[in-house]
Amino acid sequence: MNIFVCIKQVPDAKDVRLDPETNTLAREGVQSIINPYDRHALEEAVRLKEKYSGTVTVISMGPPQAEVILREAVSCGADQGILISDRAFAGADTLATTYTIAMAIKKSGTPDLVLCGKQAIDGDTAQVGPGLAERLNMPYVTCVRKINDFDNDTLLLERMMDDGYDELEVQLPALLTVIKEINTPRLPSLKGKMKAKKIEITTLSAEDICADSTQLGLTGSPTWVVNVFSPEFTGERSMITGSVDEQVAQLTEKLTELI
Amino acid sequence: MDYFLTEEQQMIKDLAAQIADELIIPHRAELDETEEYPTEILDAVAQADLFGIYIPEEYGGFGAGCFEIVLALEQFGRGCTGIATAFAASALGVYPILISGSPELKNKYLPDVATGKKRAAFALTEANAGSDASGIQTTAVLDGDEWVLNGTKQWITNAGEAQIYSVIAMTNKKKGPRGATMFVVEDTDPGFSYGPKEKKLGIRASSTRELIFKDCRIPKDRIIGRQGAGFITVMKTLDQSRPGIAILGVGLGQAALDESVTYAKQRVQFGKPIISFQAIQHMLADMAIQVEAARALVYGAAKHIDAHPKDMSKVSSMCKVFATDMAMKVTVDAVQVLAGYGYMREYPVEKMMRDAKILQIYEGTNQIQRNVIGQALNKEYS
Ligand SMILES: Cc1cc2nc3c(=O)[nH]c(=O)nc-3n(C[C@H](O)[C@H](O)[C@@H](O)COP(=O)(O)OP(=O)(O)OC[C@H]3O[C@@H](n4cnc5c(N)ncnc54)[C@H](O)[C@@H]3O)c2cc1C
Ligand SMILES: Cc1cc2nc3c(=O)[nH]c(=O)nc-3n(C[C@H](O)[C@H](O)[C@H](O)COP(=O)(O)OP(=O)(O)OC[C@H]3O[C@@H](n4cnc5c(N)ncnc54)[C@H](O)[C@@H]3O)c2cc1C
Repeated sequence: MNIFVCIKQVPDAKDVRLDPETNTLAREGVQSIINPYDRHALEEAVRLKEKYSGTVTVISMGPPQAEVILREAVSCGADQGILISDRAFAGADTLATTYTIAMAIKKSGTPDLVLCGKQAIDGDTAQVGPGLAERLNMPYVTCVRKINDFDNDTLLLERMMDDGYDELEVQLPALLTVIKEINTPRLPSLKGKMKAKKIEITTLSAEDICADSTQLGLTGSPTWVVNVFSPEFTGERSMITGSVDEQVAQLTEKLTELI
Repeated sequence: MDYFLTEEQQMIKDLAAQIADELIIPHRAELDETEEYPTEILDAVAQADLFGIYIPEEYGGFGAGCFEIVLALEQFGRGCTGIATAFAASALGVYPILISGSPELKNKYLPDVATGKKRAAFALTEANAGSDASGIQTTAVLDGDEWVLNGTKQWITNAGEAQIYSVIAMTNKKKGPRGATMFVVEDTDPGFSYGPKEKKLGIRASSTRELIFKDCRIPKDRIIGRQGAGFITVMKTLDQSRPGIAILGVGLGQAALDESVTYAKQRVQFGKPIISFQAIQHMLADMAIQVEAARALVYGAAKHIDAHPKDMSKVSSMCKVFATDMAMKVTVDAVQVLAGYGYMREYPVEKMMRDAKILQIYEGTNQIQRNVIGQALNKEYS
């Protein structure tokens, strides 16, 4: 099984702050990590590879520093890493991101399976997985919590729903986005760390992926983030105390005031 | 202090530290309380390839030495002496095969040990043979193509959890210590069973039980080394393994120091953090000095051993005594720094103090180590 796993470098959630001046994420001095959901996607890919054989390619769009997370993924079982990096990609919304990643995947092979995290903990849109599937012309299932079997090019899986879960069959090639319940990601291995140290990470530029420049980065992004802000907590709270009768009396009074 | 590790050594240390921080420390109190064997954690250690550090490359390991295993054990020991003991005892069980085993035995067992699929144990001690190992009464008699073992081993770490057991038994009582031979016994061998789990003061996540051999039959080729060479293998094994126990003391001492300093900075009495009292500062300073001195000695001893000198017993014993006596003292002091809170199970230092004690006892008591050192000095100066 030829598996591609999309991983995004995100600021560590423990450190996330908004710059009050610019209302953008304050990235200065903030530790960067693999998007936590993507760790689960990677782990699932490595398990599928161990069970059914194949290769696991991790791919990320981001600045040159994102190479670190690709190496980390290799230390945890991925076979190779691809970094899609070019100034032209800056400012991409989900539309431009999915275009770019899709072009890079098409350039790099023919995956049987593409795995994504459910969502990125910074952008939080959960759109990249489905968007990418559309662009790759693949069926997709979001919020996968378990892969039960693989037989005859078909995956049997469970999708988390609000009120339970669905059991689904999906024919490969396909794209899945996964949730944390799917597995417990492993730590790196010593062999993996040594491999990660030496491995050549392929870097793809806009030119390498034969991209149409009007669909890239800010230019290719119809979404404009007008404002990002931390909500202010203004709600006033008061406690009603005393005996039940007293509390009822107080509450009635307050409610009457509101009418 | 910077010990100028190579890139590879740093990787081993970092990986073991990550396991300690993410998997061991969050679970140590619970495993101590429930006395459960840390199977899941050891499986994660296996997946991280760390069971293969000291196994030669031809058998699927990394072919690294005593120093590298010491680096890993230090971090595990910083996390939990009990869990680290379970890991270390497996290495102890494998060393006899590595040191004296036939190529066939090595081929059969080492690859599975390197991947962590199988774990090992080392069985020397008996009810009447502790420090005086020559008192062992377990026997092995050749019957056709099989050895038949009878007897009971006592306080064997990893008993019931390991698949591979290195066992010493008398094959010729008349020859005394030269009549003892080592064998590999597998968990599934007929006539082999375990006693109940011992209830212990510390290292409660590790399993300690009897091995019971009742007409236990094993194939002839399970012999480790020559017949009658059992004690030579035991001594070589212990020379190799003692720095591993010593470094558990260093890891534990470091953990106790870390807890103590952190606490002393936070705890306010008489309007000041207690770290501002010189009495506390000096205690912390002494702890730090001892931990670092022990670390330097153990690292040095491990590197000495990796150079395969002819006689390594003295150095090996010296680092074991120094680092484990240090761990006992430093953990007692840690409880003193935390005082009442330190005495409570809510804080980790009381467990550290309970765990420290075993380090002065197993793999040869510290009195026996001093005997070894004394005898070596006597010989050296003759
Ligand atoms: C605070 C903030 C707000 C934003 N708001 C918007 C917005 O409203 N609309 C919009 O279009 N964009 C927005 N963006 C930009 C957006 O984060 C990225 O441009 C976007 O393409 C990725 O979307 P996401 O982070 O929501 O990823 P999601 O769609 O949540 O990510 C799902 C999965 O897709 C994969 N993936 C996502 N990004 C990458 C990548 N770069 N490389 C490899 N795999 C990846 C991962 O597997 C990930 O788990 C915002 C960014 C920030 C920081
Ligand atoms: C938790 C635990 C795990 C263990 N795991 C293993 C294992 O995996 N495999 C294994 O084979 N064994 C194991 N042991 C056994 C351990 O190695 C022995 O307990 C140890 O060697 C000491 O033997 P003893 O307890 O019988 O003490 P004894 O030999 O009875 O000693 C009692 C006291 O006398 C002192 N003493 C004895 N002889 C002398 C002397 N000549 N000079 C000076 N002082 C002396 C000792 O230092 C000690 O203080 C384990 C023990 C414990 C408690």
